[in-house]
Amino acid sequence: MPFTQRHLLGLEGLPAEEIVHVLDTAQSFVEISERDIKKVPTLRGKTVINLFYEASTRTRTSFEIAAKRLSADTINISAATSSAQKGETLADTARNLEAMRPDAIVIRHPASGAPHLLARAVSSPVINAGDGAHEHPTQALLDLFTIREKKGRIEGLEVAIVGDVLHSRVARSNLHGLRALGARVRLVGPPTLVPEGFGGSGVSIHHDLKTGIAGADVVMMLRIQHERQGANYFPSVEEYSRLFGLDRAALADAKPDVVILHPGPMNRGIEISSEVADGPYSLILDQVTNGVAVRMALLYLLAARGRGEPEREAEERASS
Amino acid sequence: MKTDGAIAIEGGRLIDPAAGLDGRHDLLLDGGVVRAVDKPGAFRSAPVERRIDARGRWVVPGLIDLHCHLREPGYEYKETVASGAAAAVAGGFTAVACMANTDPVNDSAAVTRFILERAAAAALARVHPIGAVSQGLRGERLAEIGEMRAAGIVAVSDDGQPVADAALMRHALEYCRMFGIAVIDHAEDPGLCAGGAMHEGATSHRLGLKGIPAAAEEAMVGRDLLLAQLTGGRLHVAHASTRGTVELVRAAKARGVRVTAEVTPHHLTLTDEAVAEYDGNAKMKPPLRTADDRRALAEGLADGTIDAIATDHAPHHRDEKAVEFEAAAFGVVGLETALALSLRLVEQRVLDPARWVRRLSTAPAEILGVAGGTLRAGAPADVVLIDPDAEWTVEAAGLRSKSKNSPFLGWAMKGRASCTIVAGRVVYEHSTAASERRDG
Repeated sequence: MPFTQRHLLGLEGLPAEEIVHVLDTAQSFVEISERDIKKVPTLRGKTVINLFYEASTRTRTSFEIAAKRLSADTINISAATSSAQKGETLADTARNLEAMRPDAIVIRHPASGAPHLLARAVSSPVINAGDGAHEHPTQALLDLFTIREKKGRIEGLEVAIVGDVLHSRVARSNLHGLRALGARVRLVGPPTLVPEGFGGSGVSIHHDLKTGIAGADVVMMLRIQHERQGANYFPSVEEYSRLFGLDRAALADAKPDVVILHPGPMNRGIEISSEVADGPYSLILDQVTNGVAVRMALLYLLAARGRGEPEREAEERASS
Repeated sequence: MKTDGAIAIEGGRLIDPAAGLDGRHDLLLDGGVVRAVDKPGAFRSAPVERRIDARGRWVVPGLIDLHCHLREPGYEYKETVASGAAAAVAGGFTAVACMANTDPVNDSAAVTRFILERAAAAALARVHPIGAVSQGLRGERLAEIGEMRAAGIVAVSDDGQPVADAALMRHALEYCRMFGIAVIDHAEDPGLCAGGAMHEGATSHRLGLKGIPAAAEEAMVGRDLLLAQLTGGRLHVAHASTRGTVELVRAAKARGVRVTAEVTPHHLTLTDEAVAEYDGNAKMKPPLRTADDRRALAEGLADGTIDAIATDHAPHHRDEKAVEFEAAAFGVVGLETALALSLRLVEQRVLDPARWVRRLSTAPAEILGVAGGTLRAGAPADVVLIDPDAEWTVEAAGLRSKSKNSPFLGWAMKGRASCTIVAGRVVYEHSTAASERRDG
C-alpha cells in the first residue's frame, strides 16, 4: 500500500500498511548516511522550511540533516528570530510562507493542533515535529523503526510507556503507532499523570513501576518536566524518581532481552539512571541515528509529490 | 409606511402556555399591547392597519433570551447593541438580556443607561441589561446593584467568570433579595478549570488539550445551591452543561431552594467530539460535554429541572478564533440558530410545542421579572410567527450578527422566524422570495 497522506499531522488513524511503508522506505535510506558522500539528488530543487516555535536540538537538526542528505534547500525559522516575536499570528505566518512556495513545512509548536491550523492555510505538505501535548509522529515512527530493527517485529510485543503520559506527545503518537502495528501497550506512572481510561480500551494502566514493566519487551521512558512539580502533579522530583525512576533493579522483572528507549533530552538520575541509559539494553542513540532515515523517508514521500491546494480555500470554493 | 397601528394576525396556530392555549386563534394587537385573542375570523371586520396571514405558522409570544453578550460598550468590533438586536429579531427573539462583561463593565447606572439608550436607538428587540455582581468583575466588592436596578437591570452576574469568593456570593444573594432579582451563576471552579480549553475526557486526552472536568462546574453549582438555601436568595444557574449539574439542581428544587437554570442550544446539540480537528468555533465555556451529559440536559429540560433555553450568544471576531485552539477566544454566536436547533427537541419529542414556548419565552420572562412571555390581553405586543417547516442552511453571510463564530455553519436547519413583532411594530420579516432565490 502506498503512502496516501498529504500531511503528517499525527499517527492517529494512520493505517498500519502506511506506517509499515514509511518504515520500509526509511530502511532504504539508512545506507545513505553510512556513505562517505552522504547525499543523493532526490529532492534537488525542493525547498523545506523548518518552522520551530519551541526549542529543539535533536528534532530540528535531524530534519535539517535529512533534508540536506536528499539535496533539498532548507530554511530554519525559530520563534525567537521570526515575526512571531513581532506579534504575527501563525495563520499570517502560514500565508506568507505559502506565498514563497515551499515544498514542505516542518513545524514544532507549543500549542496542540497548531500543525492543523497551518495545514488548512498552505498547499505544501505539513510535517508535525511535535505540537503541544498532542503528537510527535516522527518520533514515534523512529521509535517503531528502532524497535522493529532490534526485535524483528512489533506485533505481539509488550511495550511499557513510563512517566508523564498526560503531557506527552511522544506517548500519544507511540500509543497510536504501536497499537496499529499490534503491540500491547501499558502506561505506567502516577494517577495524576496517567489518568484512568487514557488511551481507551485495550491499554492497561499501572501505577507501580515494577508490575508495570514486568515481562515487558520494550520500556519507553518519558522525560519528566520539573515544572509539573509546581503544579502539584507530584510532590517532588526526588519522590517521583524513587517511585518511577528506571534503574537496574527496577528492570529485574522485565524480559531478559528488554530494550530501553527515551526520546530525549534525558534527566539522568531522575527518570532514568545513567547505568540504564548507557547500558547494553539502551537503544537511545540508535533512535537518534534512525531518526534521520525516518525523516528522509517522510520528506521523500511527502515533498517529492509536490504542492496541492490549501484545504480551507478548496472548501470555500466548493461551497460557493 | 406607518406600522404601529393595529395588526390582526389571522389563521395561525396560537401557542401560549401561560394562557393554556394551543390551537386556531386569531390575535389583535393595538397600542403596543395584545388587544384580544379570539376565534378564527373574529377580527375580520376590525379596523386594522395590517392583516398578517399566519396560515401554516405558529403564533407565539416573542422569544426571550436571558443570556447573551452584546459587547457594547468596548468591543464594538465583535457586536453592537444594534447588530445584536438585529440578530435577535431575525432569530425570533423580541427581548434579550445582555451580560455585564463589556468595557467598561456594566457595574454602574451610567453604563446601564448607555446600553438602554443604544437599544432605544436601534428600536428592534427589547434589551434588558444584566448588572455585574462585583465592581469591574474583579470578584472583590459588590457593584452598586441598587443604583443599577433603578436604572433598569433585571439580574446580576459576573458571567464570563465565576464569583470565586463564597462570601461575596453569599452577600450578593442576600443583597439581591431586596430587589427581587436573581444572581446568575457562571459556575466553574477557577482552579479546576485553569488553563483548560475543552471538556476533560477521552477527546481532550486524544487531542492533547488541557481539560475542564465536569466537577469544575458541579463544585461551584453545589456551593451556590447551598448559599441560596442559606440566604433565601434567588439563584439562576447559567449554561448548565453536565449531568451532575442537572442532578444537583433537581435535588435543590425538591427541597425548596429558589433556583432556576438554563441550558444552551449548543450544549443540547453537540458533544466534545465537535472539537475534532481543533475547530475554534467549538470552543466555549462551559465546554461541550459528553453524549451522556447531553442526554441528561435534555431530560432536565423535559421535566422542568431546567427552566429555560438561553443562547449565551458570544460574538468574537474571526481573528480571535483563527489561532491555535488553546489561544482561541471562548464563545459562539447563537441568536440566529437557537430557534431551529431547539425545535429539534420538539421533533425528537423531548418537548411538546407548548413546553418549547415555555422554555424560550414564558420562563425567561418569569426569571427576569419582565413583561412578556404570554399573549394574553394586555401583555406587550411581542409576537413571533414561526414557520416550523422552513428548511434553510446556516451561512456566515446570512447572519446578521457582526460575528460568524458558529459551530453550525453549513448545517441544515428546519424552522425559522417568519415575522417578529416588538411592541406592536413589525421589526423583522423573512422574505421567502429572496430566500428561495438565494437557496436555489
